[in-house]
Amino acid sequence: MTEIAVDVVNMTKRYGNFVALSNVSLSILDNEFFTLLGPSGCGKTTLLRAIAGFEDISEGAIKLYGEDIADLPPNKRPVNTVFQQYALFPHMDVTANVMFGLLQLGQDQATAGARAAEVLDMVQLTEFADRLPSQLSGGQQQRVALARALAPKPKVLLLDEPLSALDLKLRQAVRQELQQIQQDTGITFIFVTHDQEEALTMSDRIAVIADGEVQQVGPAREIYEAPVNKFVADFIGETNLIDVAVSDVMNGNATCTLPGGAQFTCPAAIGAVAGNGHLSVRPERVSLVKPKDGLLQGSTVRQTYLGTDMHVDVRLKDGEILTVRLQNSEGTDIPEQGALVGLNFETGAARLLVD
Amino acid sequence: MAGGLPKSSESNTSTYAGLGALLMLPSWVMIGFFLVLPVGLMLVYSFLTKEFRGGVIWEFSLAAYDQFFFDRGLFGDDPPVIEWTYIKIFWRSIWQAGLATFFCLIIGFPTAWFIATRTGANKSIWLFLITIPYWVNLLIRTISMKFLIRDNGPLNEWLLSLGIISDPIHMINTNFAVQLGLFYSYLPFMVLPIYASVERYNFAFSEAAADLYASRLTTLRHIILPFVKPGIIAGCILVFVPSLGAFLAPDLLGGAKNFMIGSLIEEQFKGNAGNWPFGAAVSMILLSMVLVVLTFYARQQSKGGVR
Repeated sequence: MTEIAVDVVNMTKRYGNFVALSNVSLSILDNEFFTLLGPSGCGKTTLLRAIAGFEDISEGAIKLYGEDIADLPPNKRPVNTVFQQYALFPHMDVTANVMFGLLQLGQDQATAGARAAEVLDMVQLTEFADRLPSQLSGGQQQRVALARALAPKPKVLLLDEPLSALDLKLRQAVRQELQQIQQDTGITFIFVTHDQEEALTMSDRIAVIADGEVQQVGPAREIYEAPVNKFVADFIGETNLIDVAVSDVMNGNATCTLPGGAQFTCPAAIGAVAGNGHLSVRPERVSLVKPKDGLLQGSTVRQTYLGTDMHVDVRLKDGEILTVRLQNSEGTDIPEQGALVGLNFETGAARLLVD
Repeated sequence: MAGGLPKSSESNTSTYAGLGALLMLPSWVMIGFFLVLPVGLMLVYSFLTKEFRGGVIWEFSLAAYDQFFFDRGLFGDDPPVIEWTYIKIFWRSIWQAGLATFFCLIIGFPTAWFIATRTGANKSIWLFLITIPYWVNLLIRTISMKFLIRDNGPLNEWLLSLGIISDPIHMINTNFAVQLGLFYSYLPFMVLPIYASVERYNFAFSEAAADLYASRLTTLRHIILPFVKPGIIAGCILVFVPSLGAFLAPDLLGGAKNFMIGSLIEEQFKGNAGNWPFGAAVSMILLSMVLVVLTFYARQQSKGGVR
């Protein structure tokens, strides 16, 4: 079994009466690219800062390779951080910034200088080594921040939304680079973001966080295809939530009645119970068929052109609107506005959620 | 119409060119009237001959400067030896001003730090409290300071009643009193510029330093101080320069024994005993010393600190 790099055990963080993180437990594995994903204000940054040592925790423990570090000040923890706004020291050139941590660890100038050159080479900034941060572009500053945090060879690297200040094209390039660096160095990365695409493309595992609680932990595919609750289904990607009456949940399968009266059996999330519930169906897993062949019937109300795809919104009889994603390829049948259509999806495409 | 456009923009340019000189006028008048004229007048006076009932005789003389640096005996015909009296006064002034700057920095930096790290409205309240005493005339404040620290003043009586001392401490007319007066007068000039630079400090830098294994002391020395250095230098100059030429605090709190440059100059222009050219010369020497300090500062600034 792989070693656990960071073990957060029943951790709670309160600010006065406000609970920022409530009884959070997470095990982040050695050499893992782990992402904390959630909307702003959900507590993901607080969790990262608690691991770095900038926030005291109210209850619980944080272990780093088995050692409890919750009471250590930040400068005694063998982890380094890439800050959201980089926080490069403005009066030091790039090399001095990268060397700072190494010198604090007691390395001599020559050793630290050699290591700094090595890391700067890794992030392709060798030619900017004697510039001041203010003389660099946003993307270059971001690399310096990364180099500075990597230089001391931390056991765990913490990244606080490091890509949010970059423009789209650059962000996409840096994603691959970050992944590559993680694989090359073998350092455990804990990455905080609110951008689900970032999380899905880069991470080995993702923890979805909302309202100070961990909602679901798993690989990208699991999070996307088997969300445990309404929040995760809604936050990651787009989804259709369909109100259903659940008559029975057995062996992980739910039998339910769809709004049109059709009976349907599909997988259920752990913890789902009989009663009124929600099915989650991704727009790309819904197909348009003739009205009589569909599990659901409705009329199209809007079509949105998205380049590679087409979104068709269908209003069901009870007024609910579902979205169907069609690929824009030759021969795709796009129904007319207001046309009566049937909606169909396979058993595996739908999933009963925990509310 | 098509041809009209470049023409009108051309005439606009010339209009503004004419206005430019006009708009500069107030600045030139200010600088001329309040800077060049008075300083020029002092410079000229310092090279004139003294008139015995105050005032000057329009006759070129180096006597004022000679009096400052050389002693030629009672009748002025002995071989010149270095005159130490005024140099000592200068030395004492520099020492006192330097000490005042030092104490203002030691107290002012934490104060500025404290205010800058308060949140929202609290910040304004603290800044407001710092400035309140300065709504009162400096003379009044210096005199009240004299009242506070005299032998049977409130401070001594309080210390006596608490049994901390058995006899009143003699504070008035000592270097300590002058120092206290200078410190009290100029503290805000240290606090405000440092506050301004600490306010711009991004505390993420401190977090980054801690994250990179720096202790608090290292963070202060290598990250915070370089960042707020311009504020500290500005504060030091704003305290040192006026302290050097101060005359209220040394006069009222220090007495005759603790004479400083400011009092020396003031005396030369007071009543019939004065010596205008000598006062002007002392002022000129003081001014050139201040210029040296300011040049040093400008050099430091242009070397580039943190913008």
